Amino acid sequence: MKRRNLSLSRRAALQGIGAVGLSFSLPKGLRAQGSTVNFYNWDTYIGETTLADFTAATGINVQYDLFADNEELFAKFRGGNPGYDLIVPTNDFVERFIVADLLQELDHSKIPNMKNLDPAFLTPAHDPERRFSMPYMWGTIGIGYRKSEVNGVPDSWAHLYTSEEYANRIALLGEPTTVLQMAFKLMGKSLNDWSDENIAAATEMIIAQKSRITAFAPDNGQDLLLAGEVDLAQEWNGDIQQVMSEDDDIDYVVPREGGLLWEDDLCIPVGAPNPEGAHELINYILDAEAGAAIADFIYYATPNAAARALLGPEYNENPAIFPSAEVVAKSEVSVFPGQEVLAKIDAAWTRVRAAG
Amino acid sequence: MEDFRRNLRVFLAFFTPSFGWLALFFLAPLVIIFLYSVGETVSLTEVKTTWTFANYARLTEPEIVTLFIRSLWLAGISTVICLLVGYPVALVIATAPPKWKPWLLLIVILPFWTNLLIRTYALLNILGTRGRVNDLFEWIWVQADGALRFVGLGEYQLLGEEYEPIVFLGRWSGVIIGLVYVHLPFTVLPIYAALERLERSYLEASLDLGAGQWRTFRSILLPMTMVGVITAAIITFIPMLGSYLTPALLGRGQVDMIANVIERQFKGANDWPFGAAMSLFLLYVTFIILALQAIAAMRRSRLRGREHG
Repeated sequence: MKRRNLSLSRRAALQGIGAVGLSFSLPKGLRAQGSTVNFYNWDTYIGETTLADFTAATGINVQYDLFADNEELFAKFRGGNPGYDLIVPTNDFVERFIVADLLQELDHSKIPNMKNLDPAFLTPAHDPERRFSMPYMWGTIGIGYRKSEVNGVPDSWAHLYTSEEYANRIALLGEPTTVLQMAFKLMGKSLNDWSDENIAAATEMIIAQKSRITAFAPDNGQDLLLAGEVDLAQEWNGDIQQVMSEDDDIDYVVPREGGLLWEDDLCIPVGAPNPEGAHELINYILDAEAGAAIADFIYYATPNAAARALLGPEYNENPAIFPSAEVVAKSEVSVFPGQEVLAKIDAAWTRVRAAG
Repeated sequence: MEDFRRNLRVFLAFFTPSFGWLALFFLAPLVIIFLYSVGETVSLTEVKTTWTFANYARLTEPEIVTLFIRSLWLAGISTVICLLVGYPVALVIATAPPKWKPWLLLIVILPFWTNLLIRTYALLNILGTRGRVNDLFEWIWVQADGALRFVGLGEYQLLGEEYEPIVFLGRWSGVIIGLVYVHLPFTVLPIYAALERLERSYLEASLDLGAGQWRTFRSILLPMTMVGVITAAIITFIPMLGSYLTPALLGRGQVDMIANVIERQFKGANDWPFGAAMSLFLLYVTFIILALQAIAAMRRSRLRGREHG
């Protein structure tokens, strides 16, 4: 199997230069109100016709821009809202945004479709009353692998972090927090235990393994896997799912030590020019049919129970989309550790990057 | 117009817009970065200017020093390669028939018409272990192996059992190839300009008087175009030192340069003061290099003045 093209898919394409505004204006609907919602989302993270359908249904235009990672998103908002109404940070960054007073409280009366959500998603630790965020998609971080090139199922982080078996066929994520956290899981520690000993031990472990790692992939590990440059890649489940649909030889596993559970949320930042329109768009996304169309297109797990009811078993029973209860039990949700720990994480990461 | 003191209004009309532009979009951001660099992070979103020197002191941390030295090495090696490749190219263009010159120059400048990110992605495709370069080498390997078999040496497997792809990405070699590729036009153009200005009769005289090609190059051509070579080296080296995209994509996190660390300070680490201090340090290094060049140029012209006087 030889594939040569490095496809530019979700999240990966924009890395490096930062998000290029990919903007388009949609034709005004019949009942055009002339207002516009500025929606700032991840790449390939919306249904094929969702935004056009929304405009047709409400007459509200959508200005759609893309960001490449949470860190970039936060950096853009640090100095004030550059003009967005709706953003999609991951749970620990939702916390970061809340701590920094950068999010508006949501008006639940304007989001009646909240009733469609699975009740399990209504009281998360990072926003217990859902005052600032609505769940959009959730998933895991695990290992994507090429079945024909590995022995059995590589269901341990040790294959990536300590073993010599797959030397020079490994891609880790490029994001320091997650890479260190998965090392913590391998050490049998909680991924939120940022003690100095844990950071030091994980850093040593990664430095020792560094020469066997092909790439610290800035969220394009799935492309390296698809291109045959690596045989194991630490990745977000949906990214692997997207290449699995292109190549039967690729599969996904959450290691037995457990992984990370994440959730991306819809939030309205402080200073949004059109919070009314943003509420309407959130409500539209939480609609059963609209939500089903999105989930069926992007292959991530939706927290929208009504949307799931509309989809078949090939979505609902897909283990790469919905991890088993056992996997969920071993995995953890990342908690925002605070600015002091961020500095320690970066110092550790600089050591990793400078080594060798 | 020749003397702005006599025609102040005309002078101001020309001077104000460009100075205003510089002040607004160059000096003001620089001042802000400077204020960050002497500040402290007090919350997730705020930096307070406390006139601390701590951010600059952190530049001496061993990892940061390692990364600075690595950046200097990578930029230095790549600059030398650019000069070795660029000088002959410039020489070919300068000595080409006049009707060819514009076309040859166009070929040198042509890559600028494509966005750097696109070109770097193209390099990823070319340099990968399953990329075009390795395809070519594999083809050559297969031919060579077949030839060995043909002469009856097949069973010794002199070339190894199978073709081992050469790894460029995530190694120094890949980053250096990328840096050279991106910056080569900056090297060629100043050398070409210097060669164009050169009086041909010096070369003819040298050859007529019995000096060989090499001697003529070493004693006449190179010294007389040295200014162009130095200019080329500097405008190649400085942007290389601050390269971000090339090591980020071709280095795959294994060959970080200093700009990659700076980027993280503004994103993941959320430590803008330290990022600002590192950026400014890079700027100071650039100024020092330029100042050294200016001093050297001054000394040269003084020497020349003395010779002629």
